[in-house]
Amino acid sequence: MEKSLNWREFVVTRAIKASGYSAIVFVLLIFVFLMREGLPALSEVDAGNLFSLRWYPIEDLFGILPLITGSLIVTFGAALIAVPFGIGTAIYISEIAPRWMREILKPLVELLGGLPSVVLGFLGILIVSPNLRILLDLPTGLTAFTGSLLLGGIAVPTVVSVAEDALDSVPRAYREGAWALGATKWQTIWRVTLPAAKSGVLTAIMLGVGRAIGETMTVMMVTGNAPVLATSLGSLFSPVRTMTATIAAEMGEVANGSVHYHTLFLIGIILFLISLTVNVIASSVVFRAKKRAERILS
Amino acid sequence: MVVIMTDKIIIENLSLQYSDGAESLRGISMGIPQNAVTVLFGPAGGGKSTLLRCLNRLNDLTDIKTSSGRILIDGENILDPKTDVIALRRKVGMVFARPVPLPMSIRENITYGLELAGEKNRIKLDEAVERSLKLAAIWDEVKDRLNDPAVALSGGQQQRVCLARVLALQPEIILLDEPTSGLDPISTGKVEAALQELKKNYTIILVPHSIQQAARTADHAAFFLQGELIEYDEGKTMFTTPKQKKTEDYIMGRFG
Repeated sequence: MEKSLNWREFVVTRAIKASGYSAIVFVLLIFVFLMREGLPALSEVDAGNLFSLRWYPIEDLFGILPLITGSLIVTFGAALIAVPFGIGTAIYISEIAPRWMREILKPLVELLGGLPSVVLGFLGILIVSPNLRILLDLPTGLTAFTGSLLLGGIAVPTVVSVAEDALDSVPRAYREGAWALGATKWQTIWRVTLPAAKSGVLTAIMLGVGRAIGETMTVMMVTGNAPVLATSLGSLFSPVRTMTATIAAEMGEVANGSVHYHTLFLIGIILFLISLTVNVIASSVVFRAKKRAERILS
Repeated sequence: MVVIMTDKIIIENLSLQYSDGAESLRGISMGIPQNAVTVLFGPAGGGKSTLLRCLNRLNDLTDIKTSSGRILIDGENILDPKTDVIALRRKVGMVFARPVPLPMSIRENITYGLELAGEKNRIKLDEAVERSLKLAAIWDEVKDRLNDPAVALSGGQQQRVCLARVLALQPEIILLDEPTSGLDPISTGKVEAALQELKKNYTIILVPHSIQQAARTADHAAFFLQGELIEYDEGKTMFTTPKQKKTEDYIMGRFG
């Protein structure tokens, strides 16, 4: 009896350990694979071509700048929408809404987060973009702005649920302290609750941005997919093409091992680096906050 | 009920019940005199904190099922829905059981309330910082590091900063909810000494964290048991010759 228990214990702990380590292995494998398939592009395509302004693989024009700026401008627009809206919603849910409202809103927001992005893209094509075209008097409704609107919608649930958790974990005593000093509800939120939840709110923003930058389906459906360099904020209202959409659209038709194929993987590497940077910044913010808390508590 | 003019606060037949039925007050009537320390004591769950939190309407933000009765401060019923709660909270300051310095520097903790009240004059703010920190007996310990975060102070220091923060607003009434429960005896002594000094100018209502503290500090004492006011008398009388059997039993340590 004793012995079989020990044996089971051994198997279970090892199995759990293995699944824990597998996460590291998978990330490493993906990274190695990306590098192996993507790095050759750097030698096959000369720098002048790679940093040119035209992405036209059929004629061996592999300028990735329009794609990068496309991704950035769509993500930037999405952040402009998702951050204020998401944090506002989080503040409402956590600080202002009565209990019954909170109990309806929280699951609703989480449900919204689980909405397949292709459904949103569908709504974007059928409803958002035609209306936007008429409303703003544009030649086409399939623009970076349309993508930003929808991506903002996708990022909002992420921002809301992480920021709401952060606000919720601020001790009630902080708020009562401020109220007892004669602070109004809004003054308490702005000067006490938000600063106290700062690291969590920043993480929420980062995760929301990360979510937006990696999103593929929706942007492919609504941004028009024209690889034109976005030079100013005015480009928000013209069609763009993002890195993710390029990979998704072209990977299926590319010849395995060709220059085009390698370049698509290079774009994948760039995406990987961007989301890695965002994540590292996010966790370093959290880490710094934690260290400060530890110093204070000791 | 006869209104006695020296009473700063008059509580008339105050009843209250929380939605979760946790703690409640039943028909409390008492007058709280000016320039004295009035102690509310009794076992946990007796309604002491609830009563305190009624006095600055902090209970507005909790789920309350029913409440009735009146609380008159300077003759005005503060439970009236038309009361300016923000102004009330400036007049009735509160110090909590756990020191909660706001996530700012020591100086900002003191000036925050004043800035909310619209004070912008830097010289006046600096004066208020020094005056209130001195009143709370912590000036000497923090005067050289006013810009450090307040959370970096020790528990006892934090609590006195919280007291100073309340004093900076120059309230008329100070509510203290077990202000020394987390403090060492030396810090406790400092806070108690500060209270004796402060009562010359303020009306102080204290929920002590022990009977000994109640006996040490009380000019007037009220014994609460399960939401009812059992006995209310001068501190000296209460702790030497209590009239009610329940009070005597509690003070003698037979229950609680």
